[in-house]
Amino acid sequence: MAARTRYAPDRGLTARMTATMFLLGLVFVGFVAAIIGIGAATHASDAVIVLFAVVIAGGFAIGSLFYSDKIALSTARAVVVSPNDGKEAAYLHGIVDRVCALADMPKPRIAIAPSRLPNAFATGRNADKAVLCVTTEMMSSRFTPEELEAVIAHEMSHVAHKDVQVMTIASFLGVVAALLIRFSFYGELFGGGGGRGRSNNNGGGAYILFIIMGVSIAVYAISFLLIRMLSRYRELAADRSGALLTGQPSALKSALVKVSEGINMIPTKDLRSAEPLNAFFFAPAAHLTRGKSLSTIFSTHPSLERRLAELDKVQQQLNQAR
Amino acid sequence: MGFLDTLLGRTKPVPPKLDDLFALPSAAITLDAGTGFKPTGSGSVCFRPVEGRSFSDVQKEVQELLNMDSGSEGGLPVEVTKDSYGFTWLVSSHMSDQLDTLVTDLHAVNSSLVDAGFGPQLLCTLVAFRDDQERRLGLIYLYKRGTFYPFAPLDGERRDNSLELQVKGVVGDDLKWEPDLARWFPVWGAPGL
Repeated sequence: MAARTRYAPDRGLTARMTATMFLLGLVFVGFVAAIIGIGAATHASDAVIVLFAVVIAGGFAIGSLFYSDKIALSTARAVVVSPNDGKEAAYLHGIVDRVCALADMPKPRIAIAPSRLPNAFATGRNADKAVLCVTTEMMSSRFTPEELEAVIAHEMSHVAHKDVQVMTIASFLGVVAALLIRFSFYGELFGGGGGRGRSNNNGGGAYILFIIMGVSIAVYAISFLLIRMLSRYRELAADRSGALLTGQPSALKSALVKVSEGINMIPTKDLRSAEPLNAFFFAPAAHLTRGKSLSTIFSTHPSLERRLAELDKVQQQLNQAR
Repeated sequence: MGFLDTLLGRTKPVPPKLDDLFALPSAAITLDAGTGFKPTGSGSVCFRPVEGRSFSDVQKEVQELLNMDSGSEGGLPVEVTKDSYGFTWLVSSHMSDQLDTLVTDLHAVNSSLVDAGFGPQLLCTLVAFRDDQERRLGLIYLYKRGTFYPFAPLDGERRDNSLELQVKGVVGDDLKWEPDLARWFPVWGAPGL
């Protein structure tokens, strides 16, 4: 009984994620219905465009599922390492071994990417094909073993939650919509303005392409926002599972603070000369938060404050009396 | 993990399997008969400490419980060490012929943690063996899998794979062995080994 209460799922997060996925599903159902409706009311030539978009998007989805690990590793210029490849690799393997034993998961392949930004990612279409990649800066002495372990537990939670699959499926129809926007745009260009004298019998066709384009743009915009929202919730879920796994939410918190400092530090270098002036403004914060609320809608990760607040909850949960 | 858990991004922490630990004493006899490896009398439980007061209270209780036991039987007090990965090891030392008592002690640690709701924090239990040539061998029990695997460290972070496989063959069905060799992870410098 005690075990059940201490590791209870976060109902609020579950509810928000369910709502997001429900809305996403609703948008997609509406999209499919609209396309079928348009197809039924018009000639087959427009249906071919839709079919074409679905096939290409399907190809993208399958390709990205199967090659996600190779693409990500080569983009990061990461090298897969074995425990015998030096001290750093052995150390990293030791941490991953223990995290996997705690979580009862198969061990992923491990890669190290040369980068001066502290970061880590996990990819691969399932737990057996997963690759965990850590940058060299993440392994530097700036991060304690506990912090590195917390980051690894977070990434392993992404693997456990099958986030690569979920996000690929979630973005599938968004890709279809994006392709349709492009196709109908070219269809408009060549069909409507092609000057082959088709305007007398095909005026309706151009009009329908216009509708397809409008619907696709709306679907793309809404699904884009919803997918970003879903991505942020899945980050929070991975934070939570990772922290519960290692039992050290504070280590993850301090790692998050250090990572975001590292990421923020680089673009602010140019602004350094302007920074002292900021001290004289009475409330620069108002300006800051406004920009932030907009950027949070579009970002794939929740804000640092949000993540720290959610981890506070985990901390309380783990420390509650029996 | 179920479909719904995947969809909602939840992982249930894996509860430990404890019962198979009691197969150790009889397996130790087979091991001795087949290879000459005898228990050293020391064993340890490795777990991931949780931050905060409630976990440290539980840990203190466990230590006191074990020390009370060993005090009455003239054993050594329980030793607590933290390894470089941040895991805590509770090392319990007995006479080499008291494997039963040792396993009972180790199980007491498990059940205390499980009762307090910290079962998912248990990583592994190690029981140390040694032969006439002073070769070291650990039998390690993985709580999440409920399986054992052998670990024979050599000098300089190398392991004696042939000895490990030999031990597995000799003991055979007396222990539930971990079938996935990728999960026979090394525990270099494990206390008590």
